[in-house]
Amino acid sequence: MDVQAKMKNNGKIMNLSEAASLVKDGDQVTLGGFTSSRNPMALVREIIRQGRKELYLVAHSHGQDLDLLIGAGCVKRVEIAYGAVARFAPTAIRFRKAVCAGQIEVEDYTNLQMTLRFMAGAMGLPFIPTISGLETDIVKIPGFPEESRGMGKVSKYKLKIIKNPWDEEDGNVVLLPPLNPDVALLHAQYAGEDGTIRIKGLTFADLEEAKAANKVIVSCEEILPTAYLRQDPDQNSLPHFLVDAVVQAPFGAHPTSCLYFYDYDPRHLALYRKMASDDAGFQRYLDEWVYPFDTQEQYLTKVGMEDLLRIKANPVLGYKPGLDRR
Amino acid sequence: MAKYVQREIMAICAGRLIEDGNIVFAGTGISMLAATVAKRIHAPGSVVIFETGGIDPSLDELPLSVADGRVMAGTSVNSGLADALTLVGHPRFRTIAFLGAAQIDRYGNLNSTCIGNYHSPKIRFPGSGGACDALSTASATIVFMAHDKKRFVEALDYRTSPGWLTGGDSRKKAGFKRGGPLAVVTDLGLMKFDDETKAMYLAEYYPGVTPQMVVDNTSFNIDTSRAVPFVPPTDEELRILTQEVDPQRLILGPPV
Repeated sequence: MDVQAKMKNNGKIMNLSEAASLVKDGDQVTLGGFTSSRNPMALVREIIRQGRKELYLVAHSHGQDLDLLIGAGCVKRVEIAYGAVARFAPTAIRFRKAVCAGQIEVEDYTNLQMTLRFMAGAMGLPFIPTISGLETDIVKIPGFPEESRGMGKVSKYKLKIIKNPWDEEDGNVVLLPPLNPDVALLHAQYAGEDGTIRIKGLTFADLEEAKAANKVIVSCEEILPTAYLRQDPDQNSLPHFLVDAVVQAPFGAHPTSCLYFYDYDPRHLALYRKMASDDAGFQRYLDEWVYPFDTQEQYLTKVGMEDLLRIKANPVLGYKPGLDRR
Repeated sequence: MAKYVQREIMAICAGRLIEDGNIVFAGTGISMLAATVAKRIHAPGSVVIFETGGIDPSLDELPLSVADGRVMAGTSVNSGLADALTLVGHPRFRTIAFLGAAQIDRYGNLNSTCIGNYHSPKIRFPGSGGACDALSTASATIVFMAHDKKRFVEALDYRTSPGWLTGGDSRKKAGFKRGGPLAVVTDLGLMKFDDETKAMYLAEYYPGVTPQMVVDNTSFNIDTSRAVPFVPPTDEELRILTQEVDPQRLILGPPV
């Protein structure tokens, strides 16, 4: 079925391929999750398969999803606070290589600054103040080339410093530009048939990102009846009308974790680290773990039952106790 | 005398700086060990929070990242970045942030972004994450560093996080309301900052370390006139650290 027609019919539930096709070349994209947790990996792998180009990532602390997109050549420019996957990649491997080789444009902010920028975008504010970062190179050195400034979604100024307007003797304030990304890609535990989203555990900046974005695509472990989610609305995270597409993708954050469903996969992350460390190895990773599959189920078959069960979470604790994480 | 590896003595040294009732903003690595050891020994009323939004988790198992499910278990509240970073800077609470970095200067300014020119770096590190936010707004910050001349530098390649800036009252003049680096815990000892000048000095050195070794491994001039020997880790501290907090030695690394 035509994806646009499906959306008009309020048919938000779609497959990976349909959902990923809503992301266009050159889009400004924000990613949910944080370093080793709830990365929208199934969506990211499908975006890579569809050959998306020149994406403009706006990220706080990201790892596996960002690293794979950059390594696969889908990314032109990144605004970022932190690129790493815990001790599996103390600096995200393909991110580091791409920055050092000058293959992507990069501009650094902090986690608080990025979160505030999403909040400002969601509220329609022209800027948002903070004192975080005063007198650092984060506020002194823009990352993007001058000719990119003011073009498309690139802010005319990275930020501005003003004197505290309440008391000019009281030092300075940083003014940050808002963000309204074209697309937010999230992975949640649960979505309702109508698009209501229920995230368990830490929400990181997912909610701010979703509210700021012009389009919200959510993959989830389970799609539940809307009536069930409405029996306990205190547990819900995002209202249905914010969400444009819902994809059921079991283990959709693998090899990162998804609380109450599975832990991060230490063996896979170690394998990734090894393979991603050189260009040929990274290409082999894409050839083995990204390109061959049309569906999440095919990917999971490749991962294998043994490894999936090894990381299956304890439903009370949320993670896998005693998991060998060396 | 008890035997221990460098990371063990660093975790114990940092843990001793935590006071009961402190709100501890922990990062990945040794800081989680320090916070957990302190909580189990002398600061049971301290609270550990993570920038990701995990507020006071039970920490039955050691998290490997601040987004680990283990920072979401047994918490008081699970929230997000906005909430956690609000609490770190909250004027009502005494908050202590733990940070690491690739480079530090004499005033405790930190670089965790790059070596070389920012636009074409020789080495790229992950970046600020919440480090700059914590050093900007927490009541005090403790920094973990490996102690060598490449890391203790005269001039940072990139200033990611604001320490005492150029010393004296420069931090206050810039617009910061509080905070600044309290201490630097290295594999040689404990550094602190002069009350007036805000320059780093050697406060305590570990067994087997001399003040001269600290001087030899620091690129800027560091005052050692106030240095005293560090009280070695006790058997109880080592037992809790190695048998209860990190039995898999995920962060401690190979034993003695």
